[in-house]
Amino acid sequence: MTADNTALSTAAERALIEQYEAASTGDAVKLMREKAIAGFRSRGLPNRRVEEWKYTDLRRGMNEALPIAEMPAAAEAKAAVDTVAGFGDMAGARIVFVNGLYAPELSEISGVEGLTIRSLAATLAKSRPQGLGELAASLTDSALDLNTAFMRDGALIDVAAGAEIEKPVEILHVAAGEPAATYTRHVVRVGEGAKVCFSEVYSGKGHYQTNTAIEFSAAKGAEVSWIKLQNESREAQHLSTLLSRLDGEVGFDHFIFNSGAHLSRTQTFLRFDGEGSRAELRSAMLITEEQHCDVTLVVDHAVPNCESREFCKSVIDGAAKGVFQGRINVFPHAQKTDGRMVSQALFLSESVEMAYKPELEIFADDVQCAHGATSGQIDEDLLFYLRARGIPEAEARTLLVLAFLSEVIEEIGDEQVVETLEERTRTWLGY
Amino acid sequence: MPAVQETVDRVREIDVEQYKYGFVTNIESDKAPKGLNEDIIRFISAKKGELEWMLETRLDAYRRWLTMEEPDWARVSYPKIDFNDLYYYSAPKKSGYGLKGLDEVDPELLATYEKLGIPLREQEILAGVEPKNRVAVDAVFDSVSVITTFKEGLAKAGVIFCSISEALREHPDLVKKYLGSVVPISDNFYATLNSAVFSDGSFVYVPEGVRCPMELSTYFRINEQNTGQFERTLIVAEKGAYVSYLEGCTAPQRDESQLHAAVVELVAMEDAEIKYSTVQNWYPGDADGRGGIYNFVTKRGDCRGVRSKISWTQVETGSAITWKYPSCILRGDDSRGEFYSVAISNCHQQIDSGTKMIHLGKNTSSRIISKGISAGKSQNTYRGLVSAHRKASNARNFTQCDNLLIGQDCGAHTVPYIESKNASAVFEHEATTSKISDDQMFYCLQRGLSEEEAVALVVNGFVRDIIQQLPMEFAVESQKLISISLEGSVG
Repeated sequence: MTADNTALSTAAERALIEQYEAASTGDAVKLMREKAIAGFRSRGLPNRRVEEWKYTDLRRGMNEALPIAEMPAAAEAKAAVDTVAGFGDMAGARIVFVNGLYAPELSEISGVEGLTIRSLAATLAKSRPQGLGELAASLTDSALDLNTAFMRDGALIDVAAGAEIEKPVEILHVAAGEPAATYTRHVVRVGEGAKVCFSEVYSGKGHYQTNTAIEFSAAKGAEVSWIKLQNESREAQHLSTLLSRLDGEVGFDHFIFNSGAHLSRTQTFLRFDGEGSRAELRSAMLITEEQHCDVTLVVDHAVPNCESREFCKSVIDGAAKGVFQGRINVFPHAQKTDGRMVSQALFLSESVEMAYKPELEIFADDVQCAHGATSGQIDEDLLFYLRARGIPEAEARTLLVLAFLSEVIEEIGDEQVVETLEERTRTWLGY
Repeated sequence: MPAVQETVDRVREIDVEQYKYGFVTNIESDKAPKGLNEDIIRFISAKKGELEWMLETRLDAYRRWLTMEEPDWARVSYPKIDFNDLYYYSAPKKSGYGLKGLDEVDPELLATYEKLGIPLREQEILAGVEPKNRVAVDAVFDSVSVITTFKEGLAKAGVIFCSISEALREHPDLVKKYLGSVVPISDNFYATLNSAVFSDGSFVYVPEGVRCPMELSTYFRINEQNTGQFERTLIVAEKGAYVSYLEGCTAPQRDESQLHAAVVELVAMEDAEIKYSTVQNWYPGDADGRGGIYNFVTKRGDCRGVRSKISWTQVETGSAITWKYPSCILRGDDSRGEFYSVAISNCHQQIDSGTKMIHLGKNTSSRIISKGISAGKSQNTYRGLVSAHRKASNARNFTQCDNLLIGQDCGAHTVPYIESKNASAVFEHEATTSKISDDQMFYCLQRGLSEEEAVALVVNGFVRDIIQQLPMEFAVESQKLISISLEGSVG
């Protein structure tokens, strides 16, 4: 290989290239991988000079390329999965990835009508799966490039037109064993008029790196809700990219709960491709110690008459740093767009940091777009009010934090999920 | 076809009407050779009769500039500027340094300012206006200051108000102390270029405890073809001082674009207050986007002392391209920064403007109100930064940026950066983008207003918060300017 490595300045970047060259196989998407690694080679890891990554400098934050993870022994894998508290027995179908690899014996993927789940690795050995790389082609991003270059396994999920899947479909990611890197890639396609709920869970122990990407498309009239629980180990690095495309009259409800990882970046790209759709992207962030958590949302209103809501609530403690970047793009002729974005942060300690960049980019005139951002500490008056009524300080604080988050959590609707998340918040607050 | 012709004529009329300052003054001028090199800088420095240190500073800036790249992050696009195809110095022959009084100024020049409605003769000003509304004017024509009025009167109060060239000759130590202390010479590409070749601008020094007895203003006029204007303004308000300063600007209507790269530095010491207002009406280019001024400006105020206050108010209607972020460094405890802006873009204008509020001291507060109005095929971007550093306890910011869209071919963008490193900092930010609602239009039309009048009415309501911040004379002018800028954007 005589390719240009001039953009690569850190050891981690060079190690990634070496890893790629060593692991290079000749599967069905070899070309796609080559293109992605070439992109990475020319740009390197995102750093603060890259506008989209201004507040999350991976060149500094990611200083090693861990070896690519392998499947642990069956018993170890089972033990690891058993300790994960996802949404428990609520789930219907469940697909489990241990160290980024599909674990069939721990999964339950058949028996739900209208739902097809296959493993990406098994398919890749034969052919290029439908939809893979389609949405990714529109994005230039090094984290996604790395995912494409290294993707090992993932779920190919198809929901048939008109199907109504009653119980949530759970996609569980667990890291176990030695420090390693995992690359999962999912392609999720929801058919016309189908109704489904996904829960996507990340969990693990110790030091590891997760890079996950999802290409999601919803056909006309689909109703999709999606809950992502990022509960990685505090030593882990979590990079995730959700690329979504909504056809007309789709309802999409997305919620992210970020509390894990030493460094995390959750980027969501959503494109309205059909009229009359509505998307709600909510996120809650609970971080402490030295955690760095970046939530980035980009909504493209490419067609008229769509509605988007972005709502991000951050609770920051210790010396953690929160980042919220949101952008609403309204394309020319995307009239009657209604886009709103709110970002609020609550600081629980003195040495926290928060950076916001809520952008509006509007090329059509008959639109209504707005964004708001606020940050501050717990209102002492509110605390006083509660304490004056005999509520101990710790409990009063917990109540106020829960109240702060409730705006995004309660919208989920499902009581059991709401309770689970509130319980998590209480545990996090140590109450 | 006649109907079509009529429309064409009508549009042309509106276009000409729109920019009534587009005339050219035929006047003999003294120019430096075209291009930029160390000799040109020596030439400018010699013309101004500057001291050695100033020349060295300029050359240092020039050498740094050679190593810098033109920034490309702003949402503006324009053909690459050939910096060697410009005149960096152009002065009317009978003007500037060495003139005794207004009588020696070229009558052609005086006529120009008369036509622009800028009062240069003190007795005339006194005759017409009540003394309390007097305004002292520094008139800058291309690269030189033509005249500064009321200098003696101001001097009695201890206020120094003169062109920066004169200040460099008369008060070199004072200028040396502050020049470049807010905007360092290598701050950014255009500021560095300005530090190398700046020609004229104003200098204001208000000593301790003095409340400047009248409004100060500078009127910038670009006249000569292919020249760049590089103004440099420095305002220093000592402990407890107060000054209100206005700037206005116009340029002739031409097919080529011209460069205006200014640097403005404000220094407010303990308890001082500086109010800086701009009505920017450079030639915006014609309806097809030909010509117009490239306005690349670095403006920054430093609230150095405790309880100091700096307020920026701007009404931006002109320029083909605006790249401008008047900022406040809130260094002193309890200091306050304000930014009020109306940015109106029509036809093919591109605006990328906003502010930076950098909270360094304790209990500092800032307020940003930005109103963008885009019409025609223009692009209007608000770009701003609010940041609180570790030690900026109890910093407060309130930001509101609203955009109004008129017509479906324009764009309005908001790019705010909010960075908080102090938990006790409270930041609030809100932004909206919408068009004039059908209800509002219906209400106005139903009461017999024409569509254009209705738009003007709604727009004036939209920008009222900002206009109220302007000194009275400017407020009236701005209101007119806004309706003229939007002419032809409806229907």
